[in-house]
Amino acid sequence: MEKVFKITKGLTGVPMHYCPGCTHGIVHRLVAEVLEEMDVIESAIGVSSVGCTYNNYDYFACDMLQAAHGRAPAVATGVKRVHPGSLVFTYQGDGDLAAIGTAEIVHAAARGERITTIFVNNAIYGMTSGQMAPTTLIGQVTTTTPFGRDAAIHGYPIRMSEMLSTLDGAAFIQRVSMHDVRNVREAKKAIAKAFRLQSEGAGFTMVEILSTCPTNWGIDPVGSLEWIKEMMIPQYPLGVYKDVTAGGDK
Amino acid sequence: MARVTFDEERCKGCGLCVPVCPKQIVVIRTDKLNSKGLHPACVERQDLCIGCAFCAIMCPDQVIEVER
Amino acid sequence: MSNRVLMKGNEAIAEAAVKAGCRHYFGYPITPQTEIAHYLAKRMKDVDGVFLQAESEVAAINMVYGAAGAGARVLTSSSSPGISLKQEGFSYIAGAEIPSVVVNVMRCGPGLGGILPAQGDYFQCVKGGGHGDYKNLVLAASGVQELFSLTMEAFDLADKYRILVVILADGTIGQMMEPVIIPEDTDMKIFDKPWAASGKKGGNVHHTIKSIYIDPVVLEGLNNRLQSKYREIEANEVRVETSALEDAEIVITAFGTCARIAKNVIKEAAREGIKVGLIRPITLWPFPVEIISETARKDSVKAFLDIELNAGQMVEDVRLAVNGKKEVLFHGRTGGMIPSQEEILDIVRRIAGGGF
Repeated sequence: MEKVFKITKGLTGVPMHYCPGCTHGIVHRLVAEVLEEMDVIESAIGVSSVGCTYNNYDYFACDMLQAAHGRAPAVATGVKRVHPGSLVFTYQGDGDLAAIGTAEIVHAAARGERITTIFVNNAIYGMTSGQMAPTTLIGQVTTTTPFGRDAAIHGYPIRMSEMLSTLDGAAFIQRVSMHDVRNVREAKKAIAKAFRLQSEGAGFTMVEILSTCPTNWGIDPVGSLEWIKEMMIPQYPLGVYKDVTAGGDK
Repeated sequence: MARVTFDEERCKGCGLCVPVCPKQIVVIRTDKLNSKGLHPACVERQDLCIGCAFCAIMCPDQVIEVER
Repeated sequence: MSNRVLMKGNEAIAEAAVKAGCRHYFGYPITPQTEIAHYLAKRMKDVDGVFLQAESEVAAINMVYGAAGAGARVLTSSSSPGISLKQEGFSYIAGAEIPSVVVNVMRCGPGLGGILPAQGDYFQCVKGGGHGDYKNLVLAASGVQELFSLTMEAFDLADKYRILVVILADGTIGQMMEPVIIPEDTDMKIFDKPWAASGKKGGNVHHTIKSIYIDPVVLEGLNNRLQSKYREIEANEVRVETSALEDAEIVITAFGTCARIAKNVIKEAAREGIKVGLIRPITLWPFPVEIISETARKDSVKAFLDIELNAGQMVEDVRLAVNGKKEVLFHGRTGGMIPSQEEILDIVRRIAGGGF
């Protein structure tokens, strides 16, 4: 018998602090597996952001920098301009990327910065206990929208993949999901493609990953996967939004 | 022939591995508690395991390894 | 053979950075320092360096965090309102102990203020505009040649102590043109940076650049280490210029442009028989406490006169150093107004006449 699934060397093995059923753990593993498969653990440099994953510098086996809230794409820009031969990635949640960090992500993408952003979208703020995120759905109850998100007061959710794909500097943007095995496999393919295109100098690449937050959604882990499928995907359709290698958008 | 191993101490009992198993052999051990106070997942009927690794793919905590 | 060139202060900063081996600049336009960016946009190309106009001062300081955290010598520059934006970054850089150099060519405030010179950011840069217990090493030049050499030194100090060094110039110094002797290329001090996040490269442990430590025991440990570092800098890196202190009755304390005016006042006063001396801090932090304290003990000294382009900032540190031994008087202008020599001389005459 041979091992057909073993834990990747791209992870340090430190037990992760995420809530039971939180799909951050799956995303981390996919990123780490790709780093190992590309044999870049010794040269890659990642940027942790602020949110539940603030300390994933302890989980990824490559060199890491921890950035201020929203600033990871700027930090990654600084790193990549010093080490253009290293694979550089940011790992950000919906508050970090789509609220406080909107300027930084837009401009990193517009510059065609050769970095990859792993954008984990679970439509809520996790670490700070369940507030509304820029990607929270209309009607969704959160600790700062206790009566449900109301468009008249709180505006509308932001589709970041669609928005960033309008930028010429963006080379590859795909939205994927964690809700079942088939989609987790698709997500890994997207991450691998994003990293590969970065190493080929194609431009800015991003994978938006629809993820769960069982604790703040108030749904059990397995039910949370269903919630992605039933509620998030209609708002955030899966697919490739930008791919310069496919000869144009989509 | 296949075998899955679960690191019961790492397991948080989240249950994502249970519904994805095509052979429905992954169970949460409600009779057992690990040192975190959580019920770990496991497979007892190893003989039925086909080594598809779906459970390992869905596991967020690097609990599962699969041999075939 | 060195080169003698007429340069604008801002250009001197830019050229000095390149001479010091800085190959990465991230910045955002803001008056009165944008010439630094213009100069480096061209000059970085000559040395295969990176010039990047960032989308904001916030982005720029975070690019510095990244690039310097990855091991490079990096520069950013801005002016007062932009430096306010960078304060979060300053605190993060201090906590992560990343060597950086930041130029602040001060303009008047508060708020959007004006574009004329001021020294209103002393508190912000010296006392810390960002959160938490930290210090920036702050260098204040009063002429373009000095600005050039201090900028070069700033990179060495930053690397030596893993600290953020602020080049604090008021707008006049940034905009004025004076001859600068550019040193010929000498062997640059190369500092080993084993802590940098530049890629694991087969090492056993990965490098992490961060400022977050949830465990209070660990975080207090970091703070204690930072404080020890600051005590070491205070003991070893004070720079100050003094003149005519031997038998001075009045001692002017001033930095930057005000020190230049003071020097002329001193000459004029001497002609009128009034003995005025000058203490010009060059490092605003670490502050030259000892020389001020010593001078305050001199019997000849009647009073200190602190002159600044603000409503009274460095004067607080002067008062602390004088520690009640002598009177400390203050004269300041704000809004971009600069005191004339005659204005200061009037005050000096009044003090000499016992009127304070």
